Amino acid sequence: MKFTSATSALAVCVSVFAIVSAAEARDQVQVAGSSTVLPYATIVSEEFGNSSDYPAPIIASGGSSAGLKQFCQGVGENTIDIANASRAIREKEIAACKAAGVEGIHEVKFGYDGIVFAYDIDAPAMAFEPDDWYKALAAQIVVDGKLVDNPHTTWNEVNASFPDWEIAAYIPGEKHGTREVFEEKVLAAGCEHVGALEAMIASGMDEDAAEDACIKVRTDGKSVDIDGDYTETLARIESNKTGIGVFGLAFYENNTDKLQVSTMGGISPSVETISSGEYPVSRPLFFYVKQAHIGVIPGLADYVEFFLSEEIAGPYGPLAEYGLVALPEEERQAELAQFENKEAM
Amino acid sequence: MTDSTQPSRPTSGRKTIGEAMKSSLKSRYAAEKRFQAYGIIAIALGLIFLGLLFYSIISRGYTAFEQTIIDLPVDLPRAEFSVDGQVTDEAISKANYSKIVREAIVKTVGADLSNRGEVRKVLELVSREASNQIRNFVAENPDAIGTTQIIPVLARGDVDSLMKGQIRRDVDESRRQLDDQQLVWIDQLIEEGRLEKRFNTFIFTEGPSSRAESSGIAVAVMGSAFMMGVVLLLALPIGVAASIYLEEFAPKNRWTDLIEVNINNLAAVPSIVYGILGLAVFINYAGLPRSSAIVGGLVLTLMTLPTIIIATRAALRAVPPSIREAALGVGASKNQAVFHHVLPLAAPGVMTGTIIGLAQALGETAPLLMIGMVAFVNDFPTSPWSPATAVPVQIFLWANSAERAFVERTSAAIIILLVFLICMNALAVFLRRRFEQRW
Repeated sequence: MKFTSATSALAVCVSVFAIVSAAEARDQVQVAGSSTVLPYATIVSEEFGNSSDYPAPIIASGGSSAGLKQFCQGVGENTIDIANASRAIREKEIAACKAAGVEGIHEVKFGYDGIVFAYDIDAPAMAFEPDDWYKALAAQIVVDGKLVDNPHTTWNEVNASFPDWEIAAYIPGEKHGTREVFEEKVLAAGCEHVGALEAMIASGMDEDAAEDACIKVRTDGKSVDIDGDYTETLARIESNKTGIGVFGLAFYENNTDKLQVSTMGGISPSVETISSGEYPVSRPLFFYVKQAHIGVIPGLADYVEFFLSEEIAGPYGPLAEYGLVALPEEERQAELAQFENKEAM
Repeated sequence: MTDSTQPSRPTSGRKTIGEAMKSSLKSRYAAEKRFQAYGIIAIALGLIFLGLLFYSIISRGYTAFEQTIIDLPVDLPRAEFSVDGQVTDEAISKANYSKIVREAIVKTVGADLSNRGEVRKVLELVSREASNQIRNFVAENPDAIGTTQIIPVLARGDVDSLMKGQIRRDVDESRRQLDDQQLVWIDQLIEEGRLEKRFNTFIFTEGPSSRAESSGIAVAVMGSAFMMGVVLLLALPIGVAASIYLEEFAPKNRWTDLIEVNINNLAAVPSIVYGILGLAVFINYAGLPRSSAIVGGLVLTLMTLPTIIIATRAALRAVPPSIREAALGVGASKNQAVFHHVLPLAAPGVMTGTIIGLAQALGETAPLLMIGMVAFVNDFPTSPWSPATAVPVQIFLWANSAERAFVERTSAAIIILLVFLICMNALAVFLRRRFEQRW
């Protein structure tokens, strides 16, 4: 029978390969996760490969959640050593890790990334507040004390100082870590500030439900989830000149001839305003290291220490040059010390 | 003519058969014309879109085959490369190349070495790869130590984009990636004949890099080659054996029908499904290394098998039964009839099916996502067991990069992949033409 012959032949091949590969230990670090962290990690990987005796680590992409999921699959050579994430690990994920036997997890913060709101270079300048984004994008807003479907269709309905543009916002999709920051620092902040949260609780909603309602994004096509990368967001804005996109600061800085950036809360995003914490929408970038693999996978500890060294993650290193907002010196030292002292979560 | 079955109808007002023929003939001709027009429109549309695709890719990508190079006069003072006055290999590999590059470029453009801001701006003209290039140069020509050598080094990606007009000079300085002072230096270097575009060999010989100017697709090509090797070695024998059995030996009953339906269904399964299967079976169960070409090859084998089986069975079926009967008639066994007569005649069809299956596998990324091959892999794979990536993956990763210089590289990599695919399909056509038998 055809299919059984094919599968049994495959099974034989697989077991032969398994025997061969078992003899061959993995000799490079494997990393997976956030596409925001990917460009930074590839820079480090390349420099690490050039300047150490270890091979360059393999950096896979796919998103923070996908990376952490792979990270929590278990311990052993066939699982990844490091997960890159543009958000902190969740309780649920730590529990999943535990269930699979991944006990010691090192959380390493290596810098900050600003989230900017940018649009076509030739458009008039705009100054956003979180309130405006909440009013423009929330699925339901409070009008006269009642929760109604979002009636706004143009930006000047949201705020009279804005142009008469159809609302078209390109925001990161659910699988991106950026989305969570956007929800928390923009939508939820706006919701609370305009008093919608209070109104919802006053109308008898319980607090959790009200918070969820705050960050629920309208689904009538005015807000578009971008599941790809910022290049896709940029392409959308190039074809729709009145669209507004959510980008990472590093991406914007590489495309300043096509995009202009809006202020948020009156602060213009820059490395300085983000590292000082003035600019409201920024997030720390992390990677998570598996304790059980340190000392087993050659070069793992060296890679982490190299990543956090001043020549790489410092304010004049290649990561900062690419657009990372470097950690303040003491904080970087503390992260390094915490890793070296094997203080796992 | 349904009317003819109802003879009770009055004949007055009815057309004669001749008239009816004439009018229907007219409409039949018109229908034929219309159908031909539809066909031509369909083909024209197809050609227009193909033309648009080629135009957009080639117009964006051809510039990547040129690269901006700076002929940098570099001082190689003996002291930098020696320990206690002795030039050693170790001293050569450990020398401070970033300092050598810095001093060389600052001196060449005539900037002030003590002005830190200015030095930083000058350094933004040369690639960070330059120190590696000088290290390689010195390692190959140790005799050059103690002299000044003109070494061609890569210019920074932004300089390259400027030379190719992708960064425009008329953009306001505050929004341009290079400032006015840097443009002055670039013009000065062009005038001295030190900075110019040359044929880009890096894209063919280098692996991926975070620096656009020094990144290439060689590592991805190697990975794809290993995977195609695995696919060819496994899918061809398994596929051909399965088809021969099914077509020539297996009894025709409900079970073989079921198998046939399933093979046809498998050919249409979305490729990501094979990736999930590969993760579960090859990595988690069999313990094969993640991100390796062998796992990628196995997954693509599963994906290609139905294509090869269907093509091979069609080729076997196209061999006339008279050949088999004649072979059996002169006393050949069934085995001999198949392997001496039927299979050689079906070979061109088998090869065509295999090559088309391989070409399809070459362009896949979705199944590779699940097995960790959509990744930055910097080192050349040395065996199917070492980590690798594939050409379409490289295209995907470059397409997501922020720097302007990666845009043209994305299109260039697509051009290279298309050339491969065209070659493979041309080979398939050639084999079919060359060996095809007609009866």
